Amino acid sequence: MPDVNITVDGKKLAVPAGTLLIEACKSVGIEVPSFCYYPGLSLQGACRMCLVKIEKMPKLQTACTTVVTEGMVVSTEIDEVRQARKAMLELLLANHPLDCPVCDAGGECELQDMTFSYGAAESKLIDIKNHKDEQQWSPVVYFDRPRCIMCYRCVRICGEGMDVWALGTANRGSAQLIMPNHSDYLECEECGMCIDICPVGALTSGAYRYKTRPWEMKHVGTVCTHCADGCKTTLGVRRSPTGMQIVRGDNRDKSGINGDFLCIKGRYAFDFASHDHRIQQPLIRREGRHVPASYDQAYEHIALRLKEIREQHGGHAIGVIGSTRTSNEESYLLQKFARLLLGTNNIDHHRTADFPSFAGALARKKDATASMRDVFNAPAILLIGNDPTEQHPLLAWQIRNNVRLHRARLYVVNSSPIKLRRQAASFTQIPAGSEPQLAAFLAGDDSAANALASGEITREALAALRDKLRGEPNLIIIFGSELRGSSIDSLVRFGAAISGAKFVCLGDYANSRGAADMGLYPDLLPGYVPVGSGARFHEEWGAPVPTEPGMNLLQMVDAAKAGRLKALYIVGANPVARYNLDPFALSKTFIVAHDMFLTETALLAEVILPAANAYEKSGTFTNTCGDLQLLKKAGDITTVKSDFEMLLRVADRLGFDLRQLVPFRQAERADLGQSRGAQSGEADRHAIWLEAHGLEPKLSPFDPIAMLDEIQRLVPGYDVSRVELLAGNDQHTSIEAGVASSIASQPELILPANDTLFTSGTLGRYSRTLNSVIENPRRAPADKADREVVV
Amino acid sequence: MADLVSHPDEVKVVSRRFGQGAANLDRYLELDGYKAVQKALSIGPDAVINEMKASNLRGRGGAGFPTGMKWSFVPKQAPKPKYVLCNGDESEPGTCKDRLILEHDPHSVIEGVVVAGIAVGSHTGYIYIRGEYRYLSEIMQKALADAYARGFLGKNIFGSGYDFDVYWHGGAGAYEVGEESALMESLEGKRGVPRIRPPFPAVVGLWGGPTVINNVETLASVPHIMLGGGEWYASLGTPKNGGTRLFCLSGHVAKPGVYELPLGYNLKKMIFEVGGGIRDGNKLKAVTPGGSSTPVLKADECDVGMDFDQLMKAGSMLGSGGVVVLDDTTCMVKYLQRIMMFYQHESCGWCIPCREGTDWLKKTLNRFHAGGGVEKDIGNIQYLAENMLGRTFCPLGDAAAMPAISIVKKYRNEFEDHLNGRPCPLEAKALEAVPA
Amino acid sequence: MRFSDSFESRFTSMLGHYPTKRSVLVPTLLYMQDELGYLTDEAIRDIAQRLELTELEVRNVISYYSMLTTRPRGKYNVQVCRNISCMLCGADDVIAHLKKRLGIAHKGTTADGMFSFEEVECIGACSWAPAMQVNYDFHEKLTPENAEKVLDEYRRKGSQ
Repeated sequence: MPDVNITVDGKKLAVPAGTLLIEACKSVGIEVPSFCYYPGLSLQGACRMCLVKIEKMPKLQTACTTVVTEGMVVSTEIDEVRQARKAMLELLLANHPLDCPVCDAGGECELQDMTFSYGAAESKLIDIKNHKDEQQWSPVVYFDRPRCIMCYRCVRICGEGMDVWALGTANRGSAQLIMPNHSDYLECEECGMCIDICPVGALTSGAYRYKTRPWEMKHVGTVCTHCADGCKTTLGVRRSPTGMQIVRGDNRDKSGINGDFLCIKGRYAFDFASHDHRIQQPLIRREGRHVPASYDQAYEHIALRLKEIREQHGGHAIGVIGSTRTSNEESYLLQKFARLLLGTNNIDHHRTADFPSFAGALARKKDATASMRDVFNAPAILLIGNDPTEQHPLLAWQIRNNVRLHRARLYVVNSSPIKLRRQAASFTQIPAGSEPQLAAFLAGDDSAANALASGEITREALAALRDKLRGEPNLIIIFGSELRGSSIDSLVRFGAAISGAKFVCLGDYANSRGAADMGLYPDLLPGYVPVGSGARFHEEWGAPVPTEPGMNLLQMVDAAKAGRLKALYIVGANPVARYNLDPFALSKTFIVAHDMFLTETALLAEVILPAANAYEKSGTFTNTCGDLQLLKKAGDITTVKSDFEMLLRVADRLGFDLRQLVPFRQAERADLGQSRGAQSGEADRHAIWLEAHGLEPKLSPFDPIAMLDEIQRLVPGYDVSRVELLAGNDQHTSIEAGVASSIASQPELILPANDTLFTSGTLGRYSRTLNSVIENPRRAPADKADREVVV
Repeated sequence: MADLVSHPDEVKVVSRRFGQGAANLDRYLELDGYKAVQKALSIGPDAVINEMKASNLRGRGGAGFPTGMKWSFVPKQAPKPKYVLCNGDESEPGTCKDRLILEHDPHSVIEGVVVAGIAVGSHTGYIYIRGEYRYLSEIMQKALADAYARGFLGKNIFGSGYDFDVYWHGGAGAYEVGEESALMESLEGKRGVPRIRPPFPAVVGLWGGPTVINNVETLASVPHIMLGGGEWYASLGTPKNGGTRLFCLSGHVAKPGVYELPLGYNLKKMIFEVGGGIRDGNKLKAVTPGGSSTPVLKADECDVGMDFDQLMKAGSMLGSGGVVVLDDTTCMVKYLQRIMMFYQHESCGWCIPCREGTDWLKKTLNRFHAGGGVEKDIGNIQYLAENMLGRTFCPLGDAAAMPAISIVKKYRNEFEDHLNGRPCPLEAKALEAVPA
Repeated sequence: MRFSDSFESRFTSMLGHYPTKRSVLVPTLLYMQDELGYLTDEAIRDIAQRLELTELEVRNVISYYSMLTTRPRGKYNVQVCRNISCMLCGADDVIAHLKKRLGIAHKGTTADGMFSFEEVECIGACSWAPAMQVNYDFHEKLTPENAEKVLDEYRRKGSQ
């Protein structure tokens, strides 16, 4: 359709037909104020703030509900319009309590801003304002009716956006109010979207209310550390006696892959970081008890024991277990530490998806993975297994809203009637455990249908589904950990016949994908390169690494039990709890643990190093789609350190040349600007350019960006724009290993986290918020654990 | 149940069958019942719409939109089913005419719905009756059942091959539902909050299908137009204001009641001749000519013809036909306060200016009438009303603003008389707080 | 919940009148209320289930309509119109008198549960003002005296 020509305040512009007038104005920088209009949500026309004058129309018209028509002439700044806005604000403030000095939204309130811009200085009201007491709807949601301006954003984001429909409008006239689904309390996903979208302080968060003022915080946009979707969360931090305390999580910065979205974990479950049980200094076990020690003592103790074991028993007597929640740089460093320094391939992590098989299946296929943003825009999506609403809330949001706003066709195949079936064009329920047969069937093996067909799901229906999918170009195929090994091959073969098809393999933790990509495998180097074919790594690292695959996690535990594995170096992992291990199996092993809490695993350690979490460090995370994002340090506890730093300190104590581990000072050719004349600013500009091109001089080994340099050089698929990455934008990596077709995956080691919206592995146990909401069926607060804490 | 009145000046069209037992189908048939439907079936949709256009019938609900034109906006072809919706949510203060039609001549409403359906190519009609009118709902349900029993409704009506269903629907107390899009929301089982327009109901209405919505009186006029012809009907009224309408005389008149008079009938005559003049020998002070939402006319403004155009020229509106007469014992501040309490109570709350404006005005007027008024209130009442006017989501805000603007403008002295703690000069009991 | 046969048969037939189930909601709520006296939690759950709505949706609708209530009321709900035409014809006196005789305020209920009292907006009896409805029955051209007689009659009927 040709563009429509309109004139706004004398400016001529052409906008696509169907554009709303308010958006057309915005496109040329003309702000038309509104409360109830919110892009992506249904139109309301309720707040009347966006009234503008349209020629040939007797009354002012709402710009938010008016679609542009050819030749429309609009005025937004004439007196009549100005007066309408002013009056609207006067009316709105009539029953507003004006308790801005104590209101959480004070300082970041749209009503304040509007009143400042368009309102009246004079107050005409002398009558008593209506009042209603504040209500607590859940541990995280509070409602203050007098502040509410009735824009219905909360109702819409909860219903239309979240498909939860927990909020409604009750009563009428000036008694009208927002009502939660149980009349006086909420039972919902507790995502807090209603709070974030509230333009005023009517909905406030239990986690933040009355804590601080917005201008007293520093706001840091970083990546959420909970599930594997990689939402950007803006953490508000404030000075505390022990460093910087995180006091708020929200989504004011909508530049992330999550747009408007955050779930309860991303918004509130930062509170584990300031949990009382946090280990704040190194601990060494002496006479059966963990006693505080200095970092020096701890490093010395670790170095001594590791050196001893390595010299007496060799590297293969040492095992390393990495984390699904440390940064890519830390994981990469850890495997290098294991291979290069300890001389062992005994390295593994808690696997939640079969990424190696996925990489192998996609070998030599270009652009075969979908980014999180792609999921919002794809014309069609096939979802096999998993329950994204619980396990991948952002992915579920993307799918839901793609269906709602872009009319994408969603095909769901699952063994349970998962909630996303409500958006599905087709929902196929198959017997639990038959997902591999589905993959085989899709790939053309008709006999596999026997295991799938039952009841309404006939063979014909399955065949029809397959035919339909084959006719969906640019289909995104998303699958959970139900599919492993050769099933992934089958699925990829099926997808290969569909033009433009892309894949997403769902892992469970914030950096599960990164841990896999960075080579936390006994048989794979970073980028899924088999340990036997790591020539380029040998070259870069300047030393040979063991070429025989090491032991996987379970093998290591068996070896420890048998006395063959003498030492286990565990970074940010709790295998004892995850794999339900017998703690006595590890009683003879020297264990080092980096952790925040005395977990079941840390309790077994001889030395415990107090680790910083992802909110307290810089680096990068890769989400389950392969989107690489920058972590920015927000919180800080002065007495804990990042795993990156602690590993290097241990390496240093082991007498290792840190330059071999971290390529710092390798880009020293950098010109700091001295040669560019004396004009001030020149040097700074130059430094910025250098940084943007990844050429900045790394003067410290503790700078994780130095490690990222190496990752980008050596890990296939990670060669993304550093400028974009450092600017805080997500960058899609690819998994086209190119070499990995011979990967022998070990599907039996995959253990899905099975987290819900309200659990998050160990972190969840230490989040008071997650354990406080009634919707969490597995409430297991760490405080209630029957455990004496020594620290 | 309500008493019937009559006056020689009346021209009985819609009220022709009042008091004649026409709720009984047999009796209705004796009185030319269901002939209009048969005629409409025989002449076809285009001819029906032409007759309607020729009749100059304008909507009797309040807005006065030409009915024939409204019907002609319904697309001939539509992907979704089309509907006819009869608005029997009569709630405008001063208006009690639909009640009589529904009580005395329910079949004429049904017939009007069917004719409208034939005209626009619909096969389903609904008659929405406000919840308070339970006895009328029962009369209507009976009338519908009788019509079905005779094959006048349902499949193949009158052997024409045309199917048409009419169903009763009930409200549960909400003035706002009288607004056409809110009426549709209510019928769909939702809160009676109006919809964004455009699209208008004629294009996107009930469940997304094109929908014709007409008032009870409008639809009850239709059969008479069908039988008497559009030109005849038009000739009863004034130019562009065809026919007669039911005027509900109430307030301080000696003979209140519902009278059917031709459009253009002189208001003064209506009060003093038809209505028997002012009660108790008092003097006329003001008239609300078309339901509480219409601007008041002062006594000296009442020499006006009661049709849409003449009243518009006089600065008011014909509205719903509710003529409320006020004598010189009436306190205009209290009158406005009463009106504002109503609109505050009935505002749906959807948009800011109506929700907050009616609430603010009500509070101010309550205080003002009780003797707590200050000088700036007078200007403020006017300011608030003027800033609501034309800026609300639906016409309810206008309905509250128009009487306020006119009363403050025309009776400012009475407001001034209330200032400085002075009790209402017209009412000894003024200081008694009015319940909220 | 099981309601009267006439309720159930009306409900069933009304479901066939509309393309969506929820369309029957508003009139059905009023009929439910007629049988129960008010809309109980159980009734709300019941209608929500019948129409595949959430209880929240049902409550939101109930709270919109002024005739619907979730609180118990007296056997006879006395609703006196206070709007303009009635006011002009003396509704205030009727209201004050009845309140005094019943000993209850706006939206109150007598201790014996016989009467509730409510001032209501226009009930469409303007030409026969002042007027009231007792439950659904209209009583018009009221004076304090004849209004009281009407209530006496209901009290007599109600105590039989």
